[in-house]
Amino acid sequence: MKPDRSAERPLRSLLYIPGNNPGMIQNCSIYGADGVLLDLEDSIALAEKDAARKLVRHALLALDFGAVLRVVRINGRDTPFFEKDLEEVVPARPDAIRLPKTDGPEDVLAADRIITRLEKEAGIPAGSVRIMAMLETARAVANAVAIAGSSPRLSALTLGGQDLAADLGIKATKDGRELLYAKGAVIIAAKAAGLAAYDTVFTDVNDLSGLLAATREAAALGFSGKAAIHPSQVPVIHEAFAPTEEEVRKARAVVRAAREAEARGAGVVALDGRMIDAPVVAQAERTLELARLAGMEGTPA
Amino acid sequence: MKLDCVSNSIGRRVPREIPGLGPRAPYAGAYSRLDGSYSYTPRTFPRRIPAPTTDKVAPGLAAAIERSGLESGMTVSFHHHLRNGDTVVEQVLSAAEALGIRDLTLAPSSLGDEADCVAGFVRRGVVSRLHTSGVRGEVGKAISRGEIETPVVIRSHGGRARAVEEGSLRVDVAFLAAPACDKLGNMTGSAGKAACGSLGYAIHEARYAGRVVAVTDNLVPYPLAPRISIPQYLVDHVAVVDSIGDPSKIATGATRISRDPVQLRIAELAFGLIRSSGMLKDGCSFQVGGGGPSLAVARYVREYMKANGIRGSYGIGGITGFMADMLRDGLFEALFDVQSFDAAVTSSMAENPRHMEADVSCYANPFNRGCLVNDLDVVVLAALDVDVDFNVDVLTGHDGVLRGASGGHSDTAAGAKLAVITVPSMRNGVPSIRDRVQTVVTPGETIDAIVTERGIAINPRREDLAAAARDAGLPVKDIRTLKTEIERVTGVPDEVEFADDIVGVVEYRDGTIIDSIRRVV
Repeated sequence: MKPDRSAERPLRSLLYIPGNNPGMIQNCSIYGADGVLLDLEDSIALAEKDAARKLVRHALLALDFGAVLRVVRINGRDTPFFEKDLEEVVPARPDAIRLPKTDGPEDVLAADRIITRLEKEAGIPAGSVRIMAMLETARAVANAVAIAGSSPRLSALTLGGQDLAADLGIKATKDGRELLYAKGAVIIAAKAAGLAAYDTVFTDVNDLSGLLAATREAAALGFSGKAAIHPSQVPVIHEAFAPTEEEVRKARAVVRAAREAEARGAGVVALDGRMIDAPVVAQAERTLELARLAGMEGTPA
Repeated sequence: MKLDCVSNSIGRRVPREIPGLGPRAPYAGAYSRLDGSYSYTPRTFPRRIPAPTTDKVAPGLAAAIERSGLESGMTVSFHHHLRNGDTVVEQVLSAAEALGIRDLTLAPSSLGDEADCVAGFVRRGVVSRLHTSGVRGEVGKAISRGEIETPVVIRSHGGRARAVEEGSLRVDVAFLAAPACDKLGNMTGSAGKAACGSLGYAIHEARYAGRVVAVTDNLVPYPLAPRISIPQYLVDHVAVVDSIGDPSKIATGATRISRDPVQLRIAELAFGLIRSSGMLKDGCSFQVGGGGPSLAVARYVREYMKANGIRGSYGIGGITGFMADMLRDGLFEALFDVQSFDAAVTSSMAENPRHMEADVSCYANPFNRGCLVNDLDVVVLAALDVDVDFNVDVLTGHDGVLRGASGGHSDTAAGAKLAVITVPSMRNGVPSIRDRVQTVVTPGETIDAIVTERGIAINPRREDLAAAARDAGLPVKDIRTLKTEIERVTGVPDEVEFADDIVGVVEYRDGTIIDSIRRVV
C-alpha cells in the first residue's frame, strides 16, 4: 500500500493571512479555519518583505495557534527572498512551507535541501517542516507527477489558479471550467503520490453562494481542501466539505465492520455479504473525521 | 473635589454626601431596595397655573426662554433622540448665554458627540454642573481633567426616570426638540425632516419638568395628526427655529451587519450561548442594541427563530431597523421603542400599530409598578472593560477618561434573566478583561456571561448555564484563565494614574452610589 504522506488530519480550509498584518495574525486561532497560510508573497509589497518575514517568525514563536495548522507561503525560488524567507521562518517550526511557482522537481529539491540544513542547525527533527508545492504555470501542470514524487517532505500539491490562467493567456471564470484539466492533473498526481490536493482561491468575497458551488465541485473532483482569502469564506468551505447524513451512516457501518473483522483477527472485511477493500475503509474513516469536524452529531463510530 | 468616602458592598470608595444631591447611601447590592419593603416620599414642587391660551408659539427661541422663567442657577434638560445630529442643546445654551444666564445645571437624558460645545459653556460659566447618562469627546475630557468643580452625576436611563419621579433630580425647564409640533405644543418624532422615531425620553421629561418648551423646525397646522407623542397639556411654550438637527447624523445606529471577523466570531459565540440557555422559545423577550456584534447576534437569532417557527413576545430598547423587520416578519408580538436607532424605524412606528412608543420610565424605572426590563429574557450588551468579578465599565476608556454612557446597561442587566456581555478580548492591543474595572457601571452580580472571540466566561453563580454551554461544545473558560490567555498576547498594561479628587459619581439605578470617577493625573 502506498504511504499516505498527506496531512494527518483533514484540512478543509486554509486561510490566507497577510504576513504584515499583526491584527489579523494575532487572531489566527479564532477564524475557524483548519489551517492558516501566513503570506510573505503576493499580499506583501516589496518594501514590506523584511518586516513581514520578521513578524511571521515572531508570531510562530510567540502565539498559541491552538489546533490550527501553521503554513507559511514564502516567496518563489525565482526571487531574492526565497532563501531569506526559509532561513528566518523554518527555525520557528511552522507545520509546512507553501512553495509558490513550483515548476519542476528541482524547485522542491532546492527548498528541501535548505530546510534540511536549517532543521539540523536548529535541532528540529528532520522532516518535520513539510512542503506544500504550488503549481501555477503550464510547465508545472505538465510536470505534476514528477513534482509529486520529488521529495518525501511534500505533504500536498496545490493549484494556483490566478497565475495559471495568466500563464495560459486565458481569463479565470467563477466556475473555473477552463482549469478543469489542470485541476484533474494536480489531483491525480497528488493522490498517486499519497499527497493531499488543495484547490485555488475563490476571489469574489461577496459571492458566498458562488463559493459554495465552486467548493462543492472541488470536493467532488477530489480536492482535499480549499484556500480562503477572507474569514467569511471559511464556514462556507466547511459546509461544502461536510458529508451527507447518508454518507456518514454508510461510513459508520464500514468502519464498524472493519473493527469487528480486526477484533476477530480476520484479514478480510465484509459488510452485507460484500468484501470491502482497505482504501474503502480508509475513505470511510476520513468521512467520519469530516463529519466530526463539521459538527455532525453522533459521529464517533 | 475632595469628599468624605465610605466603601460600598463591592469595595468601591464612594462619597457619603454629594454636593447638590445631599446624602447618598452606598451601593448595597443590585436588588437591595427591590424586596418590596423599601419606600420613599417624593419631593413636591410648586406649580404655576398658566392662563388659558390658543397659541403658545413665542417669537423666537430667546423669547421662549424668557417666557419659561429660566434664571441663572436653574436646571435645564434636553432629550438625546436626535443623537449626533442634535443642534438644540447648542442653540438653547447660546441663547441663554446671550440673555446673561449662568451657572446652569445641565441634566439631559444623555449627551452624544454633538455636545462638544458643552465644554465651551462649562469654561465660560454658563454650565457649572452636569447630570447625564453619558459623556463623550471634549466634555468627557473636561470632566476627567477636573474642569467642572461639582462632581458630575452619571445615571442609567431607568435611574434617571426614578430620580425625576422621586424629585431628587428636579428639572426647572425642559427644552424638547420636536420634529413635528403644532401651536399648542402637541408633538411627535415620527414626522418631519428631522424625524427621529420614538420620543421615549422626552415623554417622561414633559410630565415632570417645571416648564416645558417645545423647540421645533416643523410647525404643523393644529392639531398634529394622526400621532401625538407628547400632548399639549404638558407643554408651556413653542419655539420655532430654522433647524433642530442634521437628519443625516440622527440615524447613527449601525444598520449594516459587521464583516469584522472578530465581531462575527463574538456574535456567533454569543448566539450559541443564548441558544444553549434554552431561552429562545415561544414568548421570549429580547433586547439587542445597534452596532458592534449586536446586530450580528440579532441576525443569528432571527434565522434561528425563523427556522424553528418561534414567535417571541416583545423586543425593547433602542430599536434598530433590524428589529422592526423581525416584527414585520412576525417574530415578535410587539416592539416597545424607547429610542429609535435608525431611519427605517420611523416609518415602522408610524405604520405598524404593534411597534409602540414607550417612555423611559415604562422601559426601565426600577421603582415604578413594573418596568419592561423586569420581564426581559435575554439582553446582549457591550462593554469597554470587564473585570474578573464580572463588573462592567461602559464609561471610562483605557486612559481613564470618560467616553461612554451608562444608558440602559445596568437596568437591563438587572432585569433580564440572561445578561450577556459581548466584548473583544483586546482593543488596540490593550486587554479588555482586568483585575478591576476603572468604573463600575453594571455590577457583576447582574451579569451572566462575558463573550469574547477567545472564549466565554460564565459567572460562577450560573453553573447551570456553564454546563449547558459546555454541552453545546462552546469554549467556556474560567475568567482568570481567559484573562491570562489574552495577556499572553497583549501583556499587562500599566495602571492609569488618578488623583484623589472626585470628578463624578455613578448612581446605580436604585439611587445608591456604585462608584466614583476620579481626576486623571
